[in-house]
Amino acid sequence: MSAPEAADDIADELLIDRLQQAAFGYFLDYRQDSSGLIADTSRPASPCSIAVVGFALSCYPIAVERGWITRDEAATLILKTLQFFWDSDQGGRPNSSGYRGFYYHFLDMHTGRRVWGCELSLIDTALLLAGALTAAAYFDGEARESHIRRLASGLVDRVEWPWALNGGDTLAQGWKPETGFLHYGWEGYNEATLLYVLAMGSSANLLPPTCFTNWTATYQWENLLGIDTLYSGPLFTHLFSHAWIDFRQIRDPFMRQVQSDYFQNTQSAIAVQREYAARNPRGFTGYSRTLWGISAGDGPANATALSPRDQRHFGYMARGAPFGPDDGTLCPWAMLAALPFAPAAALMGTRHLLARYPQVCVHERFVSGFNPSVVVQGSPWLSEGWYGLDQGLLVMMIENFRSGLIWKLAGQSSVLRAGLQAAGFQGGWLNP
Amino acid sequence: MIPHAELPDSDDYLHRVRPPRWANPAPQPRYDLVVIGGGPAGQSAALLAAQSGHRVALIERAELGGNSLNAGSIPSKVLVRSGRAYEAIANSQRCGGPPCVPPPADFRAVMQRMRAIRGRIAERYSAARLTDMGIDVFFGQAEFAGPSLIQVQALNLHFTKALIATGSSPMGADIPGLQSTGYLTSTALFQLDRLPRRLAIIGGGPLGCEMAQAFAHFGSRVTILQDQPKFLPCEERDAAELLSLSLARSGVEIRLNTTIAAVRRENSEKLIDAESAGDRYTLAVDEILVSVGRRGNSSALQIAAAGVVRHADGRIETDDFLRTSNPAVYAAGDVCMRHRFVNVAEASAEIAVRNALLQAEMSHYAIVAPRCTYCDPEIAHIGMHIWDAHRQSIPVHTYTILMQDVDRAITDGRDEGFLKIHVRAGTDQIIGASIVASRASEMINEMAIIMHAKVGMRALAQIKHTYPSQSDAIRLAARAYTAAHAHARR
Repeated sequence: MSAPEAADDIADELLIDRLQQAAFGYFLDYRQDSSGLIADTSRPASPCSIAVVGFALSCYPIAVERGWITRDEAATLILKTLQFFWDSDQGGRPNSSGYRGFYYHFLDMHTGRRVWGCELSLIDTALLLAGALTAAAYFDGEARESHIRRLASGLVDRVEWPWALNGGDTLAQGWKPETGFLHYGWEGYNEATLLYVLAMGSSANLLPPTCFTNWTATYQWENLLGIDTLYSGPLFTHLFSHAWIDFRQIRDPFMRQVQSDYFQNTQSAIAVQREYAARNPRGFTGYSRTLWGISAGDGPANATALSPRDQRHFGYMARGAPFGPDDGTLCPWAMLAALPFAPAAALMGTRHLLARYPQVCVHERFVSGFNPSVVVQGSPWLSEGWYGLDQGLLVMMIENFRSGLIWKLAGQSSVLRAGLQAAGFQGGWLNP
Repeated sequence: MIPHAELPDSDDYLHRVRPPRWANPAPQPRYDLVVIGGGPAGQSAALLAAQSGHRVALIERAELGGNSLNAGSIPSKVLVRSGRAYEAIANSQRCGGPPCVPPPADFRAVMQRMRAIRGRIAERYSAARLTDMGIDVFFGQAEFAGPSLIQVQALNLHFTKALIATGSSPMGADIPGLQSTGYLTSTALFQLDRLPRRLAIIGGGPLGCEMAQAFAHFGSRVTILQDQPKFLPCEERDAAELLSLSLARSGVEIRLNTTIAAVRRENSEKLIDAESAGDRYTLAVDEILVSVGRRGNSSALQIAAAGVVRHADGRIETDDFLRTSNPAVYAAGDVCMRHRFVNVAEASAEIAVRNALLQAEMSHYAIVAPRCTYCDPEIAHIGMHIWDAHRQSIPVHTYTILMQDVDRAITDGRDEGFLKIHVRAGTDQIIGASIVASRASEMINEMAIIMHAKVGMRALAQIKHTYPSQSDAIRLAARAYTAAHAHARR
């Protein structure tokens, strides 16, 4: 285990460079050579998560720009990955890889086929495709690079978005070959903006123009802890779509009405998290205005007996503030992932975290979660290994803060631009 | 708790709601109003009409008091209270009490208390009280025999106006094997004399949730099986999620997105073959409570003879003024209203009577009634939800106060929940409120007064509350409004 040495001694730029490179290293360490699939976690026998692949595809251009891998190496990795998905079994059978252009959430690392009886996942397919579009925008050369663009375009075009409406007016969240569509009852804001933008941007499978506004009709503009915000509890829901899309000064009808934008809203969400952590109503150890980051992550399931409070604990779960669920578990990567929105708070928080709980950064990579209120053998409970989603989000958000590279690449995507416009976004960089 | 010895026994209850040796009176030649149904709507209507000097008859086919008294609000709230008593013992340490292991529930005593309290409250709905008011009370099944004639027990009741207030009944569920295996509705639930060790509740509506938590507090292992993806689909997300966590803390397991393929019996167990989010399994329980909604009681009324129209779900069709397709026949309460609550039933009944007999022209859409689900914490609401406002293109700004920031909630150790006041954006006009709190059923009444009096957020911020009090959350929300607007003006 090696945490960065006395964090105060390291310049901010050097610190985030080291943490970003280490996070990117996850994709090199936990990939399947022949298919480019990436493991969901670093734990033994972990399957591939298609969402993590989407993050990896977006991070390869960053690695090229930062000099961590060559352009040729990145192109090779991306081609292998996209080719795998293009060639994969789309039969929709229980052991296929996907159906109607969508993919199952988890795939076997070696065979590329569905595992765990998991669902055909719309949001995770969207994250995968956003990665493909980002890679396509970066690799603008001839020969192999043009093949990347063709494959990405083919993958996006073959998604049958209208089928996923399941006869309704908003997108379903999943489907299983055994039982059909799943609907988790999404209500209110969450990470699905990217999904809707991608779906609305499809020229091959058009969705009705009201699809996005039907979803935003459940939004609630709320003064919470004295802060005006479009609430969603887990921090990642305010970050995932923003990893690709620069929401500064572009507004959909809802944001025009409340005179804000989604970038400002993420800033508000961070302010809510910090205020909640400062008030710390449940008295969790560590929470403060400089230590926050309540999001989806691994947690100390079944640790109730170890806690002095009447408190249930959860395993991997989307935690949120201030409405909960909150069991005192923090995501150590979350503050730094908020870098583009609240640089001072993100850096101050991360430095404080590394000084007080250096064990959350193993080989300079953040673990998924830790819980200082649950003490195990004298130390705060700590998640084992790493999760790919956390690493990918961190690499991208740090880069957006440093250079805006992913925002620029995604902004070049005709699909994403068309999707934003179809969803009613106007202003800022979207204006001609 | 009231000692059992001081409470009326079940004989008193029956004497009040269905006197055993009752003889129907000889009908008068013509009634100004014949009310069908002796529940909250029917009784409110009959009393208002009698008080205003009209000749009134009321017909009840079963027990007076309606579903609310006999198998709804009252018995369920008694069980909720008993459940909380057991829960308080189990969690006494939270308030500095000694560690306690709650004794096994004395379910018989719980049900005995329920019957005694129901008998006591039944006095208010009794036949004697109605006849004292000059109302002719008839027991028996009412049937229309013409546009202005109702028959009951071979008696002819001619009317100038009639009101259908027959309420609603629990719906069954169309699940293979359910009927033959046997199940409980809310009516049968309150006749149990033994605590089921394992209880499955099909449907996640308000009564199902209340009973789930109460039975979990008594020691039953409770599982809610709901086909909807969202728990409590009529409540907003944050409220439903908070209650879902609270029920889980009480030991209730909630399985959403669940479809039930079949129910069967094996030996003494009831087996439910279900599928949740793609996973198929069999759940073994001792009792099954079906709580999937209600249908209007109208099938036995022969309403076609009066030219009254009803929907497939039993609801009587009315216009805004609660008049049916027969201009002499009105409807009120559960049998026609979308919101099936006692306060809505009573309010609609009064509107119907005023329109029918007192030359009023009142729309039932004017009813703004608070409602509550009495789980712990309670969930209460009044006025518009966000989605109602969106549907009407009303921009909304919501002001939220978390109970964890309300001092009295902290001192009580009951700081879970929140208050949300929905305000028409650009104004200080309150259009709705949602409360999740241990005393939400009381707090929402203050919001009802505020909305009825059209008090805006600015004025509300000036209204003093006792300190500390849970309802101070309402003032704090108004203060958040004024703070936000003071900031905007700077």
